[in-house]
Order: sequence, then structure tokens, then C-alpha cells
Amino acid sequence: MSMVVNSTINGDPIEFSCEPDETLMDALRNRVGLKGVKEGCGTGDCGACSIRLDGALVCSCLVLGAEAEGRKVDTVEGMSDGAQLHVLQTKFLEHAALQCGVCTPGFLIAAQALLEKNPTPSEEEIRYGLAGNLCRCTGYDKIVRAVQDAAKTMNKRSKSKKTTGRKK
Amino acid sequence: MATIHIWGALRPCVGGAETIDLQAGTIGELMRLLEEQYPLTEPFIESGIAVSINGTIYQDSWQKSLPDNAEIYLLPRIAGG
Amino acid sequence: MNAENKLPKQVFRSVGTRPVRPDGVDKVTGRARYGADYDMPGQLVGRILRSPHPHATIKKIDITKAEQLPGVKAVITSKDLPDLTNGDEDLLAILENCMARKKAYYDGHAVAAVAAVDANTAKAALKLIEVEYKIHKHVTDVDKAADPKAPVLRKDCITEGVSPAPTKASNIAAQSEFGHGDVAKGFKQADHIVERNFRTEQTHQGYIEPHACVASVSPDGTGEMWVCTQGHFVFRQQCAQLLGLDMAKLRVTSSEIGGGFGGKTHLWLEPVAMALSRKANLPVKLVMTREDVFRASGPTSATSIDVKIGIKNDGTITAGEATLRYASGPWKGSWAALGAMTAFACYDLKNVKTTGIEVLVNRPKTTAYRAPSAPMAAFAVESVIDELADKIDMDAVQVRIKNAAGEGTQSSYGPVYGPIGIGPTLEAAASHPHMSAPLKENQGRGMACGFWFNFGGQSCTHINIDIDGSVTLTVGTIDVGGARASLSLVVAEEFGIDYEQVKTVIGDTSTLGYNEMTDGSRGTFASSMSAIASVRKAIDEMISRAAIMWDIPAEDIEWRDGHAHATGKGHANLAPLSIADIAARAGKTGGPIAGHTELNADGAGVSFATHICDVEVDPETGLTRVIRYTVIQDAGKAVHPTYVEGQFQGGATQGIGWALNEEYVYGEDGRLQNPGFLDYRIPVCSDLPMIDTQILEIPNPNHPYGIRGVGETSIVPPLAAIGNAVSNAFGVRMTHVPMSPPRILDALEKAETETA
Repeated sequence: MSMVVNSTINGDPIEFSCEPDETLMDALRNRVGLKGVKEGCGTGDCGACSIRLDGALVCSCLVLGAEAEGRKVDTVEGMSDGAQLHVLQTKFLEHAALQCGVCTPGFLIAAQALLEKNPTPSEEEIRYGLAGNLCRCTGYDKIVRAVQDAAKTMNKRSKSKKTTGRKK
Repeated sequence: MATIHIWGALRPCVGGAETIDLQAGTIGELMRLLEEQYPLTEPFIESGIAVSINGTIYQDSWQKSLPDNAEIYLLPRIAGG
Repeated sequence: MNAENKLPKQVFRSVGTRPVRPDGVDKVTGRARYGADYDMPGQLVGRILRSPHPHATIKKIDITKAEQLPGVKAVITSKDLPDLTNGDEDLLAILENCMARKKAYYDGHAVAAVAAVDANTAKAALKLIEVEYKIHKHVTDVDKAADPKAPVLRKDCITEGVSPAPTKASNIAAQSEFGHGDVAKGFKQADHIVERNFRTEQTHQGYIEPHACVASVSPDGTGEMWVCTQGHFVFRQQCAQLLGLDMAKLRVTSSEIGGGFGGKTHLWLEPVAMALSRKANLPVKLVMTREDVFRASGPTSATSIDVKIGIKNDGTITAGEATLRYASGPWKGSWAALGAMTAFACYDLKNVKTTGIEVLVNRPKTTAYRAPSAPMAAFAVESVIDELADKIDMDAVQVRIKNAAGEGTQSSYGPVYGPIGIGPTLEAAASHPHMSAPLKENQGRGMACGFWFNFGGQSCTHINIDIDGSVTLTVGTIDVGGARASLSLVVAEEFGIDYEQVKTVIGDTSTLGYNEMTDGSRGTFASSMSAIASVRKAIDEMISRAAIMWDIPAEDIEWRDGHAHATGKGHANLAPLSIADIAARAGKTGGPIAGHTELNADGAGVSFATHICDVEVDPETGLTRVIRYTVIQDAGKAVHPTYVEGQFQGGATQGIGWALNEEYVYGEDGRLQNPGFLDYRIPVCSDLPMIDTQILEIPNPNHPYGIRGVGETSIVPPLAAIGNAVSNAFGVRMTHVPMSPPRILDALEKAETETA
């Protein structure tokens, strides 16, 4: 017997129906059509299906679709501001932090959550912050560099915003 | 006449010889003669034999000519990842 | 015919730059469509029932109850995939593996499949299929399987490659020998000999995207498939043969691929999806779970390798000998032969002999994994070379430089080398700052070399000049890690235009002639060779169109910097014509402008790498961490250096995982104990340091730009480099990969007992 779930997905109110035992990953992919949520394992080990649920970083394969009721869901599809890519997206491209790209949506979401919590992470903090996401192509080197560069750019931007704010 | 070096697993198909002599102008001719004179090699030719001519390995290119006095090795076809 | 390989070009304007890849934005925004991201109208969900037994005869399968479940549209067994292989042994192995026929040969072997309206119905239907098995004794260990007393998997398995042929069946499917000289004589000349057995455990390619496809077979005998693959032309050919379809009537479109590393060169579930679709008369989507991927898609061989090497006090290696047993799963492979060919390929040996032995075991059918078979052989040989260097008190790099193969060396697999890159990678290692950096307590440094054959093969590309002057390159090789960027750079280079003016796409099987797979490090090498030839044809055509536009002879026109230039007397007033100028008039000068090429891209040339690695071992727990890593490899010419670095780093990291963590663990019951990423642990971000790279560029004389394949060799040295680093830290020789904490602790304890 399927059930109706109302949640805010990437800023928009969305209603979808799903089975009571259906994962949020499956619901987002197959009911809402957000295929940027990737299934790599279905057991919470690879992080390819990472999303934000009320801001918290979760593996959507470990959450039920029903749990999204009344909550805020954010996926990679909502990361850019229209045509303006998020700094992390730009830096991933510039540093070639992806080869096959299937883990990339999960890494971007995890990196975004990391930088919100810790805007100036050390290399070690980045490595542990992203340890829940598997990448088999890159050896992580370029991913870590992209996140370092993104953090630097975001901090510069927020500093200049603050400065402008004071002037006003 | 070219001297053709045979790798270990193919030797039983050519009477155990390490090398055989064949009058072939191209890889294609070499394969035709090999099959004619040593019919047991047929399944190997079918699933693919690579030919090294003076150190360069050809997996296909049966039109490739075999230069005089070239060093020719037959090798199993190589798989890659 | 190959593209005309003039002397490799030396000055480049596009090649060697690092632009953003053309498929990049789609991949960071979730738009890119992978295998499981595509749907066909009315599609069903497929599921596969797998054998829980490692070795059993299938006595009976009753599908009646499953068929009767509402929502189930098709249930198939091997009866629905009749043998159409017509004596093709390799294709029969694929068929038998996709759906067990008389026997299930491993835990996870497919025995039946269903297609239903949704996943829950399909899962419920699997439970209703009744299979009656007769269970046989099994064997999963490579050495135990090679023993004459082992349970025999196939009663018709007579060892190939030995004379006289054995009369009795065994699990030894084939044997092959390589080498030259007289090893017995060579060992007599040696001052020191080391002889050891090395074991490596089975590892999986570990791509993050599970196998997935959507297949549709219509009653009119046509079919379509969307699939994640390293080679859609090969998949089409084999699926059409297995299903009895005309190849032209089966159109295969490759999805974006979420990693392959060799594992997606092989059919695992695609013929099953097609047979389900044929029976149900509706499209079927079939996606493997991660557990399926581990249990039933091909990992690499587990191996047991005996190595014996002799050396003189001056550092000259006098003889090398190896017997290499590679497990291939239940079907004959040629994996041991590859190990036997590559084992000593880095060195100039007067006396060398290797024997590859292919062993059948009750494990999944093995397939290629990045430079297949080479890492295990290199682990054994490079470990012993380090040990010998130690015995004669010679530096590990210097002993390799002294024995390195060079131009004119007879390789261990037979042919004489042309110009090769092992020497330069070693020289670069010797002078690399990493080699002399200080180490702390419990740390050790190791190095090792690696070899791999690259290859080229059949390739077909198409260039379209669009009327606005932009250029489309269509290729038939899958882009596994940035190839579209590299190929666009090559096309821009050859035309003399900007990278942004070129768009590279991957055509489906109906748009281009046959292309071999993206394997053997061939994607960029072969498709760029073909693309350059296609560009040259398009340029020739544009010159003839410019001749019409200007009404001058084509001989008076030359192509330079993306423009047709009129040369010679009387043409000084003619301003150069851009591609856009010529394309805009194409309709009036003879129709669309294109360039098309089919060729066999041969002359890929062999590839070498040298790696340097520092490890830190915790003597309490045995946990070993890589703390610094350097890859040095020849790329011929790095088209997009960032992606070349990426290949080096990714390959090294897979090697590090293989060396330290990854292994298939089988229980006494013959069942795989760790079919998931939690227990089959691939390296995570916090396990690793940055991976430094040094790209050498020794032009490949057989490619117009000097390009070599770069995809595979970097996985070859890490096993030995890490083993050597552990040995240098603690004086213990590691002979069993992975060097997991318990194995390291064992080795440390043993060493302590011996010295005590």
C-alpha cells in the first residue's frame, strides 16, 4: 500500500508517493526523478547517494522515503544557483576531481556539509570529512585539492562580503 | 623465408618446435600458411594471435608486411583492463 | 591503414593544456546519465536468482509458481538462452556464466531470472523458484585446486599447451612457457640466489557503479540496449550472437560509465536482460546489487607464484625463473600467460624462463583488471630483486638500472625491444627528492617497477563540420576518465582551432563502424590516431571547397591555423577562409563536409613505470599506512596532463588497496564472506596521502603526436613497492598480499622469534 509524502526538495514543495519500505534513495530516483542521487551499494558504505536531510548529511539509501515527510531534502540537483555553479562544482571541474563522475554528486554534497561545519578544514579534516564517500578512479588527491581550493575561494568571498557590509 | 618464434602454449600445435620457417609476405599470409601446415593452430588463430614484428606488436592488421629478416614472434592475444 | 605517422609533432598549441572536460558540468550537476539512470516506456524490473552453492549440479528448476504470481511477466532459465555459440569456446563460457546450464560453478552463479512490474514483485517471484541441486565438493584456493587430488570442476578439462597431452582431467586448464637462454647455467653463474613463493589474493575492480542495463527486444527481431560498458560494439556483437539477432538490428547505446577498470569489458547480465525482454515482450531494466557485483562479476585472479632469481656480486642478474599459478574461476582464462609474459619484462636477462598455469576454481569468472595479471607477477619479482640488492649491498634503484631493459634487449616474452622508457623512469626515481627525504621511526621506503603492454586495435571516428564552423568528433570508444577532453584537444590541435570549437561525443553502435573496447590503455591512443586521420580528410575537403569558392587550383591552397590560405602568385588579395567561412558555403560547393576514418591502430608500444613509496607501520596493531607516494611514468605525450596524472594516481591507489586491504574471503563452505564495501575495504580518503606524479614524455614513434596509453601501468608497481617499504622498515619480507594488519603482525612476531 503506497503512502503520500510531502517534503521540500531543493527548495520546492514536492509531493510523492512511495511504498512504506521504500528507501528515500529509491523514491528520489524513481518517484521524483532526481537521478543525480546514485546507488553504489545500497548499504550506506559508499556515500554515492549522499543528500542533506534538514541540513544533515545522510546516505539516502539508509533513510525511508516516508521519513522525508515535512522535512527539507537537498540533492546535487539543487546545488547550483540557476546557471551559476556552486564554487565546489567549479573547483571539481577545474581540478579534474572526477574521472567517471558517478561518486561526484555524493562528494559534492558531503564537501558542502563539511565546509558549512568547518570553513577552514586542514587536509586531514577534509580527508576524514570525506571518508564516508568512496571514489575508485582518482585516488582522492584531486578531490582534496578541489575542496581545499573551494574553501579558500569561499572564505575570500565571505570576507569580501563582510568588508562590503561594514562599509555600508 | 621468415623464422617465426612460437610461444610455449602453441608449440604442441606445431610439433613442439620453438621456431618454424614460413614463406609469408604479410601477417595474413602467415596465418593462412600456419593454419594450412599446422591445422591444430586453428582454434588459436580463431581466438586471436598477436604478431610481434621487430618488437612492435600487431593484434590485427593482417595486411602488415613482414620485412626481410624481420624478427617475428607469435604471442597470445593480449587482454586489457 | 594507419594515419600517416610522420615524425611526431613537437610544438603543440592545444595538446598539453588543461581545459575543463566537455562532459564536466553534467557530471557535477547530476545530469549525466549512467547505466541505471535511463528508463524505457513500459519497462519491467529484472532480478536474478543465484546459486548459494559453490559447486552443484542443477537437477531441476521449477518456475511454475513464480510464473503464476500476479505482476510477473517472464521467468527464464538456461532453456531460454539456447546455445548458439557454434563452437566458440569463449562465447560459450560467457553464456554459461550469464546463466548456469547443467552446473552452478560458484556461490552467486545465476540460475534463473524474472521480470516483473516492480521490484517487490520480482523479489517475491525469485523466492517461488524451486531449484533442486546435487551438491559437489568444491575448491576455491588456487594451490589446492592445482593439486591432482582436488575435486575436478570439469571432467573434460585436459591441460592445453603440454606435450604429450595429459590423459586425465584436472583443474589445470592450460600451461604456457616463455623465455630464452639457459636458466640452469645462469643460476650457476650467480653469487646469490633467492627463491620464494608469493601469494596474492583475489581483488575486485571495485567500480562504484554496479552493472546496469535496459534491454528491449521486439517481436520483429530488432533490439535496443542502454548499458554501462567499456565497449558497446563488443557487447552488441556478443549479445546478438547469443540471442540469435542480426547485429545491425541490435542498437546498443553506451551510458556514462561509473568506472570499469576492465570489469565492464565483459557481459555479466546483458544477455539475461535481453532474454527476459524477449519473453516478456516488454523492455527490462536489470541492475546488479553491490552484493551481485562482488559475487558474480569478474574479479581478478588469486595467484601463487614461485620465483627464483640469481645475481652476481656486481649486481648483474644471471637468471630469472618463475612458475605462476593464476586462478581463472570456472572457465579457462589466459591470465597466467599474461603474468608469465610480464613478470621479467622490465629487465635485460640472458637467461629467463616463466611458466604460466591457468587454474580452475569455484569462484566467479575472472576478468581483466587494469594491466591484468601484471601486478601479481611484479609483486613477486620486484620483491626478490630488492632482497637480492640487499644481499649484495647495492641500492635498490641502482640494481634495477644495471639490469634495466633498453633498446635492443630481448624481452622476457620474446621480441627485441625498440626504444622504451624503463631506464628514464629509473633515472628519474634515482634523482627524485622523495628518494632522499628523511624517514622517522617505524617508517620505511620502497620502490618498484612495472610493465604493461598497451594496445591499439580497431577504431572508427567521424568528423562533422557544422555550418557555423563548429566541429563534432564522434568516436566509438567509451570515455572512462576524461577521453572526450583529450580527443577534443587533439582535434583542435590538428585543425589549428580552439578547444571550445570542438565537441566530442560517443556514437552508438548504429552511427559508426566497429570499435574495440576502451581497454588496454587504447582509448586515447587509438581514437586520437583515427581522429587525426579524420581531421586530415576534412581539411582536404575544405581545401577543395575553398578552391571552388576562390576559383583557384587546390594546389595553391594550404591549411594553417584553422584557415585555408591561398599561396602563390596572384592570390595575395585573397583573405584566409575560416572553417566557418567554408562551412557556410558548403551547400553551394558540394554538400556537407565531413571526414571519416577506419583503421587498426597498431604500434601502441609497451609502457613502464617506477614508483616510490613510504609506509609507516604500527608495530602494536600491524596497521600499515602509506605516508608518501610518487609515480613516475612515460606518457609519450600527455594530451591533457591533469587527466594523465589522474590515471597515475587512480591506478596507484588501486594498487595500494590491493597491497594493504582488499581481498575476497571465502569460508569453508565456499561462500564469499565479504560481498560489500564494508568488509571488502577499498581505500578511503583518510587512508591516503597526496599521490605525487612525474610525467615523462618520450614520444611514441608510432603515433603522429607521440601519444602512449597511460591507463593501466600505474597499478603494477604498488604491491611490490609497499612490500619493499615494509621490508626496509622492519627487515621482514612480506610474501602474501594483502599485507593486512594480521599478516604484518605475524611477520613481525616471526622475525622477533627468529632474532631472539
